[in-house]
Amino acid sequence: MLKRIFDPTDTTGASVKIADASFPAPFVSGLEYGAPARGTWNIVHTGMLIPGAHQIFVCADNCLRGVVLTAAEMNALDRFSTVAIKENNVLDGDMEELIIEGVSDILNRLPALPPAVLVYTSCVHHFIGCDLDYCYRTLRERFPGVSFTDCYMNPIMRKSGLTPDQIMRRQLYSLLKPVPHDPKSINIIGNNYATDENSDIVRFIRENGMTLREAPLCKTYSEYQEMASSSLNITYNPVALAAGEYLKAAQNQEHLYLPLSYDAGEIRSCMSRLGEYLGVEYDGCPEGEQRAEEAMKQALSVIGRTPVVIDYTVTPRPLSMAVLLLKHGFNVTRIYADSFAREDEEAFIWLQKNHPGLEIYATVQVKLRVLPRNYGEKVLAIGQKAAYFTGSSNFINMVEGGGYYGFSGIEKLAELMTEAFNEEKDTRCLIQQKGLGCESCI
Amino acid sequence: MKQTQAFLSTYTADVSGVCSALFELGGMTVMHDPSGCNSTYNTHDEPRWYDTDSLVFISGLSEIEAVMGDDRKLIDDIIDAANQLCPEFVAIAGTPIPMMVGTDMPAIAAEVEAATGIPSFAVPTNGMHSYVSGAGMALAAYADRMVYENPGEIIPGSINIIGATPLDFSVNGSVEAMKKFFEKSGRKVISTWAMGSTPEELKISGRAAVNLVVSGTGMETAELLKKKFGTPYVAGTPFGEKFGSRILSCLDAAEKTGECLNAFVKADGSVPDTVIIGESILSRSLASAIYLEYGKASRIICPIEADGGILASPDMVLSDEEDIRESLKNAKIIIADPLYKRVSPVEAVFCELPHEAYSGRCFRRSMPNLIEKI
Repeated sequence: MLKRIFDPTDTTGASVKIADASFPAPFVSGLEYGAPARGTWNIVHTGMLIPGAHQIFVCADNCLRGVVLTAAEMNALDRFSTVAIKENNVLDGDMEELIIEGVSDILNRLPALPPAVLVYTSCVHHFIGCDLDYCYRTLRERFPGVSFTDCYMNPIMRKSGLTPDQIMRRQLYSLLKPVPHDPKSINIIGNNYATDENSDIVRFIRENGMTLREAPLCKTYSEYQEMASSSLNITYNPVALAAGEYLKAAQNQEHLYLPLSYDAGEIRSCMSRLGEYLGVEYDGCPEGEQRAEEAMKQALSVIGRTPVVIDYTVTPRPLSMAVLLLKHGFNVTRIYADSFAREDEEAFIWLQKNHPGLEIYATVQVKLRVLPRNYGEKVLAIGQKAAYFTGSSNFINMVEGGGYYGFSGIEKLAELMTEAFNEEKDTRCLIQQKGLGCESCI
Repeated sequence: MKQTQAFLSTYTADVSGVCSALFELGGMTVMHDPSGCNSTYNTHDEPRWYDTDSLVFISGLSEIEAVMGDDRKLIDDIIDAANQLCPEFVAIAGTPIPMMVGTDMPAIAAEVEAATGIPSFAVPTNGMHSYVSGAGMALAAYADRMVYENPGEIIPGSINIIGATPLDFSVNGSVEAMKKFFEKSGRKVISTWAMGSTPEELKISGRAAVNLVVSGTGMETAELLKKKFGTPYVAGTPFGEKFGSRILSCLDAAEKTGECLNAFVKADGSVPDTVIIGESILSRSLASAIYLEYGKASRIICPIEADGGILASPDMVLSDEEDIRESLKNAKIIIADPLYKRVSPVEAVFCELPHEAYSGRCFRRSMPNLIEKI
């Protein structure tokens, strides 16, 4: 009998030229593959940004396994506990009791009560119609000295409404207790990384005499609580938007969304909006733009026409990054992304018109499991998945924009590209570590 | 309270067990799950993921599909992927939500098989049991569907090694050492379920004279092969020279008599103050090996499913953290995964024995090969 065999050169369904791609989802959804690039943070890593808070996950064993080992690998098991859901809990309808008694039992056994507890419930609770309000109300009555907040590990909702990641970045601020606002205090929220001290936005805030607060900078729970005193929240990562909107409603803090950008005009526009809020004029930062231009030129002189590939984990706006690089003469050949943020739509249209042959590759489509992971020549990969799929050792090991912003962010990108081009990295070792920047025992 | 872990970790769950067991067999395993199971499996439970292109995927189940009972998308997606990738078989494993909404996995497998002509089967997991159950059911399902009914004559002195996955043996040379040990003793190893053997070798498992069950994940398959071919089995993992020799004697006896045997040694005397925490067959094998090599008796705490007849008093199946802590109170020596230190008495001597199915890759570098030396 003839047997069908897989053709490893056939990328149909796994890649598309941008001219033929649709926005924002260029690929048909189907079974999903998971590449072993683990630098992006998950809800455990993000939750650990609240100093001193304890996480309790209430899930089935298979869901618990991933999160408990995330905590173990980041040497944070002392801030992490679990309650396992069994069949009888689903069948008997005692889910509320399981949460209340389970969380209580854990708190009673900890050496000291934490100031805050993040209780993560799961898809099961959502489907069973668990009365979470009752659970939290009861827990607050039992432990009046502990602040509880509701967090969610319910990936079944990732295609309907906010994703678990967006909700986590919002709930990270749900424990803030309202205090009078200080007009001289500003938060940047929704990021896993502190924004670079040298970035346009941080310098601008500090140079104008403002105090800047960010969750990744908080060392103590009281420092975290001081974020409630800020009069303004800035978000620049698209997945942080919900957090900004939430705090505007819950804490009456102003919210400015100044999207991370690789376009000079958009950077100036964002910074001008911040200037308007601060009541100072933004001068357009011509020196910063000049430095960024010089850095790009310098990087191009080193990298030349070497193919450059970008993935969606390195920045929420890979298409905008591609536009920047192509406009500066780099040979961007491929983007690895399964979907695009709406902030990238303009870049998508520009690329369709000006670089119609640019290839878009999926990262979860099943063929990505077996397509050759070798580009065939030296390639500069920007992002862990780009490095993995092209088999490149020349890569920028960064996720989520790395905390870089504005013209200084572009300057930094150029530096990182040059460094990655010149120095090989141990891709296999580096990209398998979870939560880039977190402590890791592996 | 039962079901809470204030300090401890969680064992690999049944779904990952399925994927691990079938990883090297040329099939396609689909976890019917929204998300998360894939990264859990391929990050923490699968050391072969980076280097071996096995076809393991998730379905990406969405809220609306679950609410509407829409199995069509899953079926179509599996058929589409199978047509693209041409696997030897398709296995479908369930998770909590499919269990809650009553997804008919065997029917889905039948539809996939009818549409693709590829042998397909469901493994009834729900994410609420341990890998021992999941891997056990997966290997048995594979044996049921894929092993040749008439493989040829039984080869005297030959064995299958059943129940080898990285979850219990990591990727530190233990499985290769086991094979070498038996081959050196003159036994032919027909197949190792399921590391380091080709699917073709597994399919002729019916030719073995005896099956050796080296972990709890192999028990269901051994029972099935006994039913199918009448092959007797021996339970035990050849840790160290003396216990290895004992297993060889048991294999001889089983081959002669057709009876199934446990190779474990029962130590006499009072309740031992040495405690081993871990999977039942591996732990009892280690206890036996230590007894034979050093004359020191141990008792077992097994925190996961254990088949009847493996553990013996004063061994205990304990999954609750406080029960384990209580049971360790008087222990003088504890042999366990390093993560158990958190509930162990500080005055006890703690011998670290990392277990991939417990601490994942945290201590992978220091997982010992106990086949060659205990």
